[in-house]
Amino acid sequence: MAPPDPRRPFKRPAFSDQQKRRDISLQRQAQNRRDAQHQARCLALTTMTLQNDSASASEPEYELREPDFEIEPEAAVKARDFDVREAASLRGREARRWFAKQLMLPEWMIDVPDRLSSDWYACARPAGKRCFVVSSNGVTVSRLRNGGLLHRFPSALPNGSRTNNSNRSGQSYCILDCIFHEADQTYYVIDMVCWAGMSMYECTTEFRFFWLNSKLAESGACTDPSPQHKYAFRTLVVYNSDQEGLKAAYAGPVSYLKDGLLFYNKHAHYESGNTPLVLVWKDENCSQYVLDTDSKGQIPDQQQVVLELLDDGRLATLDDPPVIFGCLNSDFIQKMGSQTGDLLRFSINEGALYFKDGQLERADLNYLGKPNRARAFADSYSKVMFQYAARHSPLRIEHLLASIESSNHQEITTDADMLG
Amino acid sequence: MLFELICFGNGREDMAMEVTQILLSAQSVDSTVRKHAEENLKQFQEQNLPAFLLSLSVELASEEKPVDSRKLAGLVLKNALDAKEQHRKYELVQRWLSLDVSVKSQIKACLLQTLSSTASDARSTASQVIAKVAGIELPQKLWPELVGSLLSNVHQVPPHVKQATIETLGYLCEEVAPEAIDQDQVNKILTAVVQGMNANEANIEVRLASTRALYNAIGFAQANFSNDMERDYIMRVVCEATLSPEVKIRQAAYECLVSIGSTYYEKLAPYIQEIFNITSKAVRDDEEPVALQAIEFWSSICDEEIDILGDYGGDFTADSDVPCYYFIKQALPALVPLLLETLLKQEEDQDQDEGAWNLAMAGGTCLGLVARTVGDDIVPLVMPFIEENITKGDWRQREAATYAFGSILEGPSPDKLTPIVNVALGFMLTALTKDPNSHVKDTTAWTLGRIFEFLHGSTLATPIITPANCQQIITVLLQSMKDAPNVAEKACGALYFLAQGYEDVGPTSPLTPYFQEIVQSLLNATHREDAGESRLRTAAYETLNEVVRSSTEETARLVVELVQVIMTELHKTLEAQKLSSDEREKQTELQGLLCGCLQVIIQKLGASEPTKYALLQYSDQIMNLLLRVFACRNATVHEEAMLSIGALAYATGPNFVKYMPDFYKYLEMGLQNFEEYQVCAVTVGVVGDICRALDDKVLSYCDGIMTQLLKDLSSNQLHRSVKPPIFSCFGDIALAIGENFEKYLMYAMPMLQSAAELSAHTSSVDDEMIEYTNSLRNGILEAYSGIFQGFKNSPKTQLLIPYAPHILQFLDSIYIEKDMDDIVMKTAIGVLGDLADTLGSNAASLIQQSLSSKDFLNECLSSDDHMIKESAEWARLAISRAISV
Repeated sequence: MAPPDPRRPFKRPAFSDQQKRRDISLQRQAQNRRDAQHQARCLALTTMTLQNDSASASEPEYELREPDFEIEPEAAVKARDFDVREAASLRGREARRWFAKQLMLPEWMIDVPDRLSSDWYACARPAGKRCFVVSSNGVTVSRLRNGGLLHRFPSALPNGSRTNNSNRSGQSYCILDCIFHEADQTYYVIDMVCWAGMSMYECTTEFRFFWLNSKLAESGACTDPSPQHKYAFRTLVVYNSDQEGLKAAYAGPVSYLKDGLLFYNKHAHYESGNTPLVLVWKDENCSQYVLDTDSKGQIPDQQQVVLELLDDGRLATLDDPPVIFGCLNSDFIQKMGSQTGDLLRFSINEGALYFKDGQLERADLNYLGKPNRARAFADSYSKVMFQYAARHSPLRIEHLLASIESSNHQEITTDADMLG
Repeated sequence: MLFELICFGNGREDMAMEVTQILLSAQSVDSTVRKHAEENLKQFQEQNLPAFLLSLSVELASEEKPVDSRKLAGLVLKNALDAKEQHRKYELVQRWLSLDVSVKSQIKACLLQTLSSTASDARSTASQVIAKVAGIELPQKLWPELVGSLLSNVHQVPPHVKQATIETLGYLCEEVAPEAIDQDQVNKILTAVVQGMNANEANIEVRLASTRALYNAIGFAQANFSNDMERDYIMRVVCEATLSPEVKIRQAAYECLVSIGSTYYEKLAPYIQEIFNITSKAVRDDEEPVALQAIEFWSSICDEEIDILGDYGGDFTADSDVPCYYFIKQALPALVPLLLETLLKQEEDQDQDEGAWNLAMAGGTCLGLVARTVGDDIVPLVMPFIEENITKGDWRQREAATYAFGSILEGPSPDKLTPIVNVALGFMLTALTKDPNSHVKDTTAWTLGRIFEFLHGSTLATPIITPANCQQIITVLLQSMKDAPNVAEKACGALYFLAQGYEDVGPTSPLTPYFQEIVQSLLNATHREDAGESRLRTAAYETLNEVVRSSTEETARLVVELVQVIMTELHKTLEAQKLSSDEREKQTELQGLLCGCLQVIIQKLGASEPTKYALLQYSDQIMNLLLRVFACRNATVHEEAMLSIGALAYATGPNFVKYMPDFYKYLEMGLQNFEEYQVCAVTVGVVGDICRALDDKVLSYCDGIMTQLLKDLSSNQLHRSVKPPIFSCFGDIALAIGENFEKYLMYAMPMLQSAAELSAHTSSVDDEMIEYTNSLRNGILEAYSGIFQGFKNSPKTQLLIPYAPHILQFLDSIYIEKDMDDIVMKTAIGVLGDLADTLGSNAASLIQQSLSSKDFLNECLSSDDHMIKESAEWARLAISRAISV
């Protein structure tokens, strides 16, 4: 029952370095565990948002908090098929297929959208390969529209190389929507999907572009190439799509070869697949590739289209829901040895698209064969129609400028009406 | 053979003779005889426990037996009732309770009878054994007559019986929780004890035993201390006892006073003036053991007030338990001079004596606590003493002044201290190099360390260390590392805090120009012949660790070079042959230090990409050395080596797989180390590192790892603090191996489920228990998170569906309980998200029914804590998807 020794620590710091070592190790382990979980969730969130967005493409204002929104069963199934951990490592065929579905694909501009000057941005699109650039785990990978690998390289993007000093947590992965421009070996960033683990899917174009411009420069990715940063990244000059902006985008000098103009709706979120909220438009002045070329690089006499064969023999565009261009009979399909889901190339006989009430009613098609194996998707309806128009009655820059002009007038008169 | 003697012996007499002989032999100087006797005792116990215990009690009670055999009989009996390890203790308690009632009654009768023995050793031993039996039986209401019969003893005439009885009451209070005894009996015990202390008690032994017994009984006096009259009486008797002519009684009385001071702080106000008077007299005039206790009284009052003021941030809020009475602040003008006087009573060479504890040390320590209690107010009271003495010719005065200065550096505000330190710093640096007295230098180096610890760092507005004095400071400290070991050790300590102050300095450190020189000086210090004295070698390596931790990119190359140096040192310790046991102990200690250092370096270099690659060129060699270290069996060394390997696995990533075949057996060994639970805990953490490094490549080791972890969880020997990390580790494994975790589900899930049920309700007001429960919850929840995420998108997801109701129920119940901390909250809401994400529509209706998906989720969504909010956002998205399908 002796009372405790009254001796107290004398001239000794009140801590132990061993305990400090233990504590620091525990902190590191706890942090690593949080990072691992966070990364899994972050990637899951990305895919989730994608699926949700594509399901509600028609109502971009929709809120996730709303519990009773409807999601298409098919989209939901796709979401579950996807393995988060697989995408995290960005390996293999599955990941490739997944990435192939993630790009936002502009529709072709077949008529001028309303409020072009107030609600849209315009910029000159660089000629080159459209791709996703993903930096994670100390490496940067670019994947083409079909999911195929373009480059694997170190970059100054967050977590884009083993030598840059950003922490290696799951938070620092990035996904950029780019066009790789061969001539100057530069990635032109046309959109930002994720930055440092922060998903930009739910952000408006306005915010994405603002973030892209500030963050990309900050990261050092816009600097000249070096061994730790193999390719330079550049942003595009984005204009408000008013008279002046449109003219500047159309005719202004750029460091790259132009391939048409891109129009972005300012309020749109990033969503995978075709969207009418981003549009592409070209003419001969701003693109060498107005009319599609065939596999030999020649412009064919007749317009060609690539369509997907559905299980009942119908020929469909990429769109969701698809537009049907015709139907093959089963004998013909058997003779060709084609299967459901195959892509087939056709030529359109001159003047052979028939419309009724603005809808395609019938197309006069000639079967040419199967497209290049690298081809992952059928053509979209808007692309077919743009190409068709380009051959017959193209939508010219004057039309775009005129529509801006007229909408200005309209606004003024509306105001006047209200005053009256 | 003893066994035969008991079973077939000729009678009780012979058997008893035999027991006596064995007990005496067990104390023989001849080790062969001793071992044989011990073996016999063990066999006896195993063959017939009741007879064994009974014969021991009979031996103890027998007046005709030699006192040595009686004493040992009592000790063996005591050891059969209690053990240090919780697990063993529990076994012994159960064993005693299961004994036949008549055997127990006979043993207890023998014990009580021994209290009247004329042999004081026998009485004293019996007292302790009675208390152990009481510790088992009183909480079970099994020995209700004990206290009554002891109390009737108190009134017996022979003083030695009274003394033994009061001693027994003291031990009893130590063994038994206050709740186990009725208040009525408590009152009687206290009355007997306090009466025994009273001056009316003629017998000194009785008074001493009573005073010591009161020390143990203080915790029982809650009700009595709430009653003014009773409290006044107890306090009066204790204060009188501090003035007893017997030094042992005075010392015991002060021990009571110290205990009263911390137990009944809030009742002290009426007595504090009187206590100050008697303690200051004791500090000045009484013998050292008494004076030390008198100082300890004030130190413990400081502890109380620091606690109170710390808890309520300086302001007492109305509904908390104890207000601050500012006793120290009131006593300050008299207390500080009293303590300063003690500083001049140093002993020669006290700095070389590890065990020293004298008036000057106790006084300085108390002064430091006073400074922490009152802050700025102490400075003007101490400064004149420092100024007067610091330049005196007598080393005692210079040392006392320096020690006073060093003692008050924690507590007062930097605003108050910085100007003084700026003036004093130059003087201190000179003293450290030039003072002729080693004691003064020791205290000066220690004071510099305190200056850097409390007044240097990025959080302080005015820097003490500037470009103008930095070089001089470092030069002086490095120079002092060549001084006497105790001075060198303090210089290392000062450098430690100097480096620590630069831990978050940014990309450029003022230490960079000196880095190489500092490292070399520290290594030289570790190589000194006398580095084993005054903990110098340990201090030098720990300072090296801190210098590495606080280093920047600028010196990364030099840290990489240090890897080779430390590896060479470690290699040397492994090559050493034919060591004496003393030398081996030193080698082991050195290996622990080197592994610790290596671990710090690996962690530092592994944390940034460029340095990581520089480190990894040595990973084969490092691993090779660490594996050899495991061959030497020492817990501290294992722990350090294991932590190094964890850090290395993190840096190495998937390539760590090549080390697994050789490393695995040590990993398993670590997981099996129940006794040294720190090793086990650290190994569990390393399993997590390895899972994250290897990912699915860890699969082939998982059967073994999971088996060990499950065994650990089922063991009641393993320290409970290891269990939460084991659950977290399940999550790490599941996340790494995904659906392959399937085969462990049937084992892991029931364990998680029963742990979850246990931890759902804390039903405790004990802070420590609530904290443990929360760490257990966190571990369980991290396991669930890892498992859900691991199974995500697997066709085997449906295997988890049956567990969902329970998990959701668990989340609901900890939400309702309202006592989870922020960490648990974050993990819990994350689990809700993971469950929804992985099970999707399968769990939709369950989720919608749960409270967690509504109130709990909303509460988390509006949390101020960024991490909770983030997890909650995740859960919201995952749920909205799950229920929409």
